[in-house]
Amino acid sequence: MGELGGFMKLHRVNGRKRPIPERLGDFKEYIFPAEEPVLREQGARCMDCGIPFCHNGCPLGNLIPDWNDLVYRDRWPEAIRALHATNNFPEFTGRICPAPCEASCVLDINDDAVTIKQIEQSIIDRAWEQGWVLPEPPATRSGKTVAVIGSGPAGLAAAQELNRFGHTVTLLERNTHAGGLLRFGVPDFKLEKWIVQRRVDQMVEEGVELRCGVNVGEDITGDELRDQFDAVVLAIGSTIPRDLPVPGRELEGVHFAMDYLEMRNRWVAGEYQDGTPITAAGKHVVIIGGGDTGADCLGNSHRESPKSVTQLELLPQPPDTRPEDLTPWPQWPLIMRTSGAHEEGGERDFSVMTTHFEGEDGKVKRLHGHRVGPPPSFEKIEGSEFSIDCDLALLAMGFLHPQPDGVVEQLGVALDGRGNVDAPEPDYMSSVPGVFAAGDARRGQSLIVWGINEGRQCARGVDRWLHGIGHEAEGADLVDLLAATNR
Amino acid sequence: MRKRPEAAGLYDPSFEHDNCGIGAVADLTGAKKHETVTRALQVLDHLEHRGASGAEIDTGDGAGLLCQVPDEFFREAVDFELPQLGEYAVGVLFLPRDDESRRRELEQLIERTIEAEGQALLGWRDVPVDHSVPGPSASEVEPTIRQVFVGKQLEGDQDAFERKVYVIRRVIEREAGEDLAIPSFSSKTIVYKGMLTSPQLPRYYEDLGDERFKTAVALVHSRFSTNTFPSWELAHPYRIICHNGEINTLRGNINWMRARESTLASDLFGDDLEKVIPAVRPGGSDSATFDNVLELLVLAGRSLPHSLMMMVPEAWENHDSMPDYLRDFYAFHSCLMEPWDGPASVAFCDGTLLGATLDRNGLRPGRWQVTKDDFVVMASETGVLEYAPDQIVRKGRLAPGKIFMVDLDKGRVVEDEEIKYEISHRQPYGDWFREGSVHLDDLEEVAPEEVPADPVVTRQLMFGYSQEDLRVTLRDMGGVTVAEPTGSMGNDFALAVLSDKAPPLYGYFKQLFAQVTNPPIDPIRERVVMSLESAVGPQSNLFDTSPQHAHQLIIGQPLLRNFEFEKLKQVDHHVFSADVLDATWPVEEGPEGLQAAMERLCRESSELIAKGDNIIIISDRAAGADRAPIPALLATAGVHHHLVREGTRLQAGLVVESGEPREVHHICTLIGYGASAVNPYLALETLRDMFDNGLLPGIESADQAEQNYVTSMGKGVLKTISKMGISTVRSYAGAQIFEAVGLGKELIDQYFTHTTSRIGGIGIDELAIEALARHRRAYPETAERLPVGGVHQWRRFGERHQWNPETIALVQHAVRHGGRETYDEFSKRVNDESRARMTLRGLLKIKEDAKPVPIEEVEPASEIVKRFSTGAMSLGSISSIAHETLAIAMNRLKGKSNTGEGGEDPRRYVLDPNGDSRRSAIKQVASGRFGVTAHYLVNSDQMQIKIAQGAKPGEGGQLPGHKVDDYIGKIRHSTPGVGLISPPPHHDIYSIEDLKQLIYDLRTANPEGSVSVKLVAEVGVGTVAAGVAKANSDHVVIAGHDGGTGASPVSSIQSAGVPWEIGLAETQQTLVLNKLRDRIIVQTDGQMKTGRDVVIAALLGAEEMGFATAPLITMGCIMMRACHLNTCPVGIATQDRDLIKKFKGEPEHVVNFFFFVAEEVRRYMAQLGFTKFEDMIGRTDMLEAQEAIDHWKARGVDLAHLLAQPDCPPEWPRRRVRPQDPVLDDHLDHEIIRQSQPALERGERVHIEIDCQNKHRAIGGILSGEIARRYGEEGLPEDTIEVTLHGSAGQSFGAWLASGVSLTLWGDANDYTGKGMSGGVMAVRPPEGAAFVAEENVIIGNTVLYGATSGKAFFRGLAGERFCVRNSGVHTVVEGVGDHGCEYMTGGRVIVLGPTGRNFAAGMSGGIAFVLDEEGVFPERCNMELVDLEEPTEADFEEIRALVMEHAARTASPVAERALAEWDKLSGSWVKVFPRDYKRVLREAAERAAMAQDGAMAAAVAGGIEEQAIPAQG
Repeated sequence: MGELGGFMKLHRVNGRKRPIPERLGDFKEYIFPAEEPVLREQGARCMDCGIPFCHNGCPLGNLIPDWNDLVYRDRWPEAIRALHATNNFPEFTGRICPAPCEASCVLDINDDAVTIKQIEQSIIDRAWEQGWVLPEPPATRSGKTVAVIGSGPAGLAAAQELNRFGHTVTLLERNTHAGGLLRFGVPDFKLEKWIVQRRVDQMVEEGVELRCGVNVGEDITGDELRDQFDAVVLAIGSTIPRDLPVPGRELEGVHFAMDYLEMRNRWVAGEYQDGTPITAAGKHVVIIGGGDTGADCLGNSHRESPKSVTQLELLPQPPDTRPEDLTPWPQWPLIMRTSGAHEEGGERDFSVMTTHFEGEDGKVKRLHGHRVGPPPSFEKIEGSEFSIDCDLALLAMGFLHPQPDGVVEQLGVALDGRGNVDAPEPDYMSSVPGVFAAGDARRGQSLIVWGINEGRQCARGVDRWLHGIGHEAEGADLVDLLAATNR
Repeated sequence: MRKRPEAAGLYDPSFEHDNCGIGAVADLTGAKKHETVTRALQVLDHLEHRGASGAEIDTGDGAGLLCQVPDEFFREAVDFELPQLGEYAVGVLFLPRDDESRRRELEQLIERTIEAEGQALLGWRDVPVDHSVPGPSASEVEPTIRQVFVGKQLEGDQDAFERKVYVIRRVIEREAGEDLAIPSFSSKTIVYKGMLTSPQLPRYYEDLGDERFKTAVALVHSRFSTNTFPSWELAHPYRIICHNGEINTLRGNINWMRARESTLASDLFGDDLEKVIPAVRPGGSDSATFDNVLELLVLAGRSLPHSLMMMVPEAWENHDSMPDYLRDFYAFHSCLMEPWDGPASVAFCDGTLLGATLDRNGLRPGRWQVTKDDFVVMASETGVLEYAPDQIVRKGRLAPGKIFMVDLDKGRVVEDEEIKYEISHRQPYGDWFREGSVHLDDLEEVAPEEVPADPVVTRQLMFGYSQEDLRVTLRDMGGVTVAEPTGSMGNDFALAVLSDKAPPLYGYFKQLFAQVTNPPIDPIRERVVMSLESAVGPQSNLFDTSPQHAHQLIIGQPLLRNFEFEKLKQVDHHVFSADVLDATWPVEEGPEGLQAAMERLCRESSELIAKGDNIIIISDRAAGADRAPIPALLATAGVHHHLVREGTRLQAGLVVESGEPREVHHICTLIGYGASAVNPYLALETLRDMFDNGLLPGIESADQAEQNYVTSMGKGVLKTISKMGISTVRSYAGAQIFEAVGLGKELIDQYFTHTTSRIGGIGIDELAIEALARHRRAYPETAERLPVGGVHQWRRFGERHQWNPETIALVQHAVRHGGRETYDEFSKRVNDESRARMTLRGLLKIKEDAKPVPIEEVEPASEIVKRFSTGAMSLGSISSIAHETLAIAMNRLKGKSNTGEGGEDPRRYVLDPNGDSRRSAIKQVASGRFGVTAHYLVNSDQMQIKIAQGAKPGEGGQLPGHKVDDYIGKIRHSTPGVGLISPPPHHDIYSIEDLKQLIYDLRTANPEGSVSVKLVAEVGVGTVAAGVAKANSDHVVIAGHDGGTGASPVSSIQSAGVPWEIGLAETQQTLVLNKLRDRIIVQTDGQMKTGRDVVIAALLGAEEMGFATAPLITMGCIMMRACHLNTCPVGIATQDRDLIKKFKGEPEHVVNFFFFVAEEVRRYMAQLGFTKFEDMIGRTDMLEAQEAIDHWKARGVDLAHLLAQPDCPPEWPRRRVRPQDPVLDDHLDHEIIRQSQPALERGERVHIEIDCQNKHRAIGGILSGEIARRYGEEGLPEDTIEVTLHGSAGQSFGAWLASGVSLTLWGDANDYTGKGMSGGVMAVRPPEGAAFVAEENVIIGNTVLYGATSGKAFFRGLAGERFCVRNSGVHTVVEGVGDHGCEYMTGGRVIVLGPTGRNFAAGMSGGIAFVLDEEGVFPERCNMELVDLEEPTEADFEEIRALVMEHAARTASPVAERALAEWDKLSGSWVKVFPRDYKRVLREAAERAAMAQDGAMAAAVAGGIEEQAIPAQG
């Protein structure tokens, strides 16, 4: 339970960061957990709450108090077991999750939250280092087959769970490598790609058949999938980005953020020898969209020696401290967030509407906009028009829904009002029996923890369905249900 | 005439309790005089205040008299010839009065039976009575009372005739059934009794007034029953006893008696025996049942005292100074019969022997005196018979476990020692016991048989272990804590029957606990009376005594480690033989297989017994991949009841070997349903596994972990049994002191026979399914980790809790910023039945088809909130800022906040500048009585007696030392830094008439305030509430089992008590049926959260509602559940200064919450068509059970009983409509106050002389309240009002005595003298001309100076048990005390100038006692757990001398004179009893003082601490 009253004596210590000049010179990760004695002390700050709000704040339901305590008590092998019990990929979440758990930590009410994320990362890093993470192939095979489409966090989690349940899983990925946004969206300085591959390798060793470069819908049709597999999981992500339909959008140099990020990641991976078609080097970069994708663009841009980087956001600048009336604890607070990328430089501007791009020679040169009032009307503030230099505009305004044509169309699954696959909880089964959905494709764009959680829960739905057990089991069926849900 | 209603709804007449006053008189010369009757009636008259009347003032609960057959009188009163005395018997008959033909039928039956048994019917006599005397209710069921005379027609002595008459009576009783009662039928004694008040008895029975009606002995009784259903039969005395107290183990005793019947054989009875079996008349009270069995034992040949020693043994197990022969006697007889355990003062009389015995703990009062004219009086109180002082030879009290007896044949009082010496030497009991019995420890160790087993985790899964079982339960019990885990806050998780987590069967059983009608025991401080010992083996014929009766295998405590269990299992002995029953069934048979397996188990158990086995082991070791374990409790209880039914149960002991039990509650239920010992092999294995994995830090070996676990379990079992007031595991075994919640009737009747289960529930199939579900987790594949559990702490995939992250976040947001909409979301979330299927109210539906009214017509929320109060949270458990925030909020609402236990800072009685008040309207009076002074009581609107608390009924409280800072210590009158203990019982409430007395006492201090009694829901709480109403309380709280606490063992939080819905409905039904609802307000509490909860509570019968957790949460509580650790991170449950700064709660938050709740209530009221809240009360017709209870387990739940309307005329009130009857009108203080006016108004000194009697109770109470009201805590200067009294003062003499009053009593006083004394001075001295030696005689009763806070008291004579219990400041001198002196004392000075009883200074954490120990025996009588014995210092001697001098001055004590005269000679005999904690704190203060530079400052600091510890005198 941590140390009794530990939180009264000890203060929060964050992870170490490499100095800015140094880290801007490469694409390596720059945040590292604190040294072990410090970490264990940090674990001692956990209060072992009667109601651990962190455990609820975590979409995965990570057993945070349990492993905080285990770290405090120097019981690392058990800590990784407790961590893995709810989270297939803590090395990912420990690095790139925004940590809603910390926002809902009871200490966050009137003190600094426990450094949950840092502890999480150190548990899994040590586990890999010590060789405690081994393939866990199932003892027996059920004889059932499942195709999981998409190898982002949701697809990976679903595949790993289903495989461990004993089903024969084929993971289909249209890209060259598995990982989805983990590999091609998140920059290396936040998550180095060998870390992703290490986990993929584990799954393959466990018996998951990974087939990359297979574009489902083209290389294999929906009907073929149904024929070849007992169940299908759609984990195809929310890939259609929100566009900015303003004059000048067509100019060269105006790109979707994801195009830029994918190219940069491939460059880091050595796929482009001579630089990428989209680059920030020597440019005035304007990023439209104040979210995490925008921040990733920011960090990438700074590593290419741009002339300037500006990040624009339509919404007003949030307050520095938690607005209790709007987002009271333990909710995720709407506050001004300064990520590692923001520390590295660049301008941020809020309440800004982009009206058009101005170009020369078909290339974008300036961005024009004006200031707006607060949502929902975003009324224009008269006389606030402005323009700024812009050689590269990156649109990071979010994603709409999964790709509606292709496999989605072929399988004939119903979509919800937002264009996502309609596959309600708790079964995650779509309108087509045997076809399931998970992750951003189902719930819309979200955090990686949600993706992993979706994959896990969906796997349970698939498992029950394959065993012929309804969710509302009772009486004798409960025997089977409990057996099934216990895993 | 037994017109008690059948069980209807939740009321069941079998829940009734009774307590009372008893008295006995005897003429030692054996001369039969009418005066003896007169005197007995006079005694009865003086005990009237201990009895009760019901709804009508003139209908009593019962009064009666037992005496010798008045031969001379009968000879003249009957018109037929009587043989000589002893040759005829008189039967007293209660016959039906309104049914002539039935009466004739019964009379013919009687005549026929007399004839059939070969005796002569001599004739009948109509007993002349005055029908105008009884009250209407009693009249309605008044019997026709006739006496039948039977002539002796057999060879043999009078005893043989008595046996025959008994046989006749039993034959008649069995055939007649319920409409005939036979109060007595004997050639020696006769009973006159009825449903009468004490004064009515002689007026009703003309015989009693007849000068020719003569006897040498008489026993009288005045009854206080918890309800008033007319019963003439249940008045006392019974055939040979009357009883004050309660037998807690009754169900077990009845079961065991039944199990014994097949082994009974008696030469004396011969074939007649079968005519009298079963000996226990069904439907009798505990006293009646006790009488039945005692009578049988006596008639079968044992003497009366011998039989009583068997049934109510002394605490012999841990009694080092008891003579060996006596211990041998008890040890031997423990093989014959389990103790009838509970508070008991049993007075007995067989015509020749008259006397009384007291239970082992001395929980009932008894005083006696012998006079010069050879007359003996024994009664619950002293002063019941007025005698000139010079006529009294001796005075004494009944002592724990002792017998007081008069033998008319010998013509004298026979001392306890003499009786017991003689009885113990009749046979070589010690030799027999040592030769016959075997102690498990003495058996040789045997190698365990190797059992191949699956991995630990596999089996943990199969038996339903969760991570919490390891992380919380086993780690605490086996680790360095060595105790079951402590929890805090309430129990808000789903009832077992609504849980999806397949909780083990134990979870359906809720522990019962003692409240009001009997006291719980403190198993730690009063360890001397407790015993864990049990035994297995065959029991032999109860009527016989032989060496083979001792053939028992004795087990020191009920939890067996593997090596111990192996000894038992492989026992190789000429007497003992053990065999194993396989308690598993094949998984492939599915759920149906369980029933078959249980049938097999029962069948095989019979076979083993037939084969001669006397140890039956119920084992689930065979469980594995193919076989599922039968729930161990089901297997045990099933076999137990099967064998009881078969009559073979006593031929073997049951031992359980199971992987399932792991918690204290598990073991307790197994014992409670018949197991003698349990080997929880998987729990032990898990501990070893945990040790191997380093999960038990601080533990050195697996062996140590196991030993710790055994120790923890022992403590836990003692705690559990003591909650029910039971002292020994032997009497707990099979006593099934549980209520089941959520088990169906079939299951109960078959396997848990006679267990109360009131809402139906699941059957054996559901149990089987859940067992198989657990099995499926383990096989065929084992999950890697155990389920999370989520019982102790919320977990997402764990057990569901009402308070969870969503509900807490919503309600906190609602009261701060979110407003009504957010509250509505919160309340919807909580109320939403589909999600919240955790509570019974979740299964209820508020009718939707009622005729609504517009919401504008409904009374405003500001009226509704007045019905709300906040829970009793003590300052100490929570911070003062949190406490005061609640108080301000409730005062703004005109609701009520509650002090909790722990006093209140007087500064809170002054209003804030803005008009806010921080004063708590409700002043709690709990068992520790911390800070309960006259001034405290005067500043209340309501005084609440906390009998029990929902979170831990049957337990006291404790405040850890780190929470007792200087401020808390000051308010509680205790030493800062020293932990504080509130005893489990109120030491002045061991029974219902004691409660009546405390209510009376509180009224004296504050006549304007109302009195409330807080109870916790359990089966029978309705009848206790009826008793509370009759005891004159204005208000009763029925708390649910789920309420909160600052700290309590988890088994109490989770496993004791039942939901308030059941308790409230039972209370409402019982009060209405008893016509008592009109005079008492009913409040309920327990996890109240929303308007819907309030409405359901009102519809079930509550006027008011209490909330505790919810308001705390609005102030910022986030259910840390660490209240006992002082680390509350939001500044609520802590005294840490830095943490308190983090408190962010505001009164507005609480106010907002209650208004939201009230608005929700209004919406429901509009929907139901109620404009006034009061019209909703008790309208269960507005509720219905959810039609589709869609939880698969909940389908068997039947809430019809909950919703039943009492079967009574519609005009009988269903809510409080009138005040209680005034009781203080005849109080002696009115006269004293009249004479004290000059003092009260002008501070002039007055001196008053006045006479008093034992009827005058709480003398000084009203006066003290008056002084506190006028002069505050300071009071008046010492001796301003001097009162000299003459006579015997009633109970609670000098209660709350305020500064400025000095009472000097020439005479003697009763129990509770100096209760809550708050600054005055009292002296009690023998009357002038007394013929006895004061220091050898008892002058004051039990429990003297309980909770006293300051003042001085001098007693010239001996005191009873528990002298100075919880004294926190009084300085006192006494000349000798009984057992448990200075118990729990936290302050003050006690000087004992004579002998002390056992267990002196138990739990004493402050103050100092000085004992003049000339004999040098004191050290062995002192409980040294918390104190050191030292020689007094010079300063001490000065203090002692000053007090002894004052004692001499105020009482003229020769003992004091001598002590002073021989001061130097005696100086070596003084022993200083110095609590270690107190010593440490004083030393620390001295050190701090020494370090201070400035000398004067140093003195001030030391003085300051001393002053806090011991409030300054006068």
